Amino acid sequence: MRRFDEGSMVKVRSYFPPSPPAHCRTPFYIRGCVGKIERVCGVFDNPEELAFGRVGVDKKTLYRVRFFQHDVWPDYKGSRTDKIDIELYDFWLEKIEGDQK
Amino acid sequence: MDRDFTVRSNHDMGGMMAGTINKDNHNYVLWEKRVDAMMMLLSNDLGILTVDQLRKGIESLPPEAYDKMTYYERWMASIANSLLESGVLTTEELGVKMKEIELKSNKSEKNS
Repeated sequence: MRRFDEGSMVKVRSYFPPSPPAHCRTPFYIRGCVGKIERVCGVFDNPEELAFGRVGVDKKTLYRVRFFQHDVWPDYKGSRTDKIDIELYDFWLEKIEGDQK
Repeated sequence: MDRDFTVRSNHDMGGMMAGTINKDNHNYVLWEKRVDAMMMLLSNDLGILTVDQLRKGIESLPPEAYDKMTYYERWMASIANSLLESGVLTTEELGVKMKEIELKSNKSEKNS
């Protein structure tokens, strides 16, 4: 299921499943941050389920999400326009209320 | 007591202070190449293990073990755990083989 389009603003969940016992593919430093969908990468087998050796797992939409470095690192010294792109699965992302897209 | 589920896992160290990083190229020793080859066989050829399982095994190592082990030692621990869990190996088979290799390497050290 595809919930977001290019340009949508999203917030990364602070935690989805606790790890361990779950297996998380979203780095700690990006959790809770707000970014913009840069592109929809496609649909893939959920790696957080594949990690347990399951077959025939649900497919999940993967997005490339763009964040400003200043929003990710509070003490960031670089340019205001520096960005970081991270690929994140649909179930790690929350819709931003009031976003028109 | 509430458990804080937002705590960072030990392996998940993106953005942390890393100290000095040795950027020199280095060669792999034979056993490391063998571990890599074993993973390729188990995943691509035999379909016994996936890279996702390998990653999970590495990331669920106890923090002290994770920090002490080298890259391919982590792979080896993860592969061995998975093969034990799925019943490809028994703990006895693994233990016997490890002992055998230990004795063999002790012998070759004495002779050298």
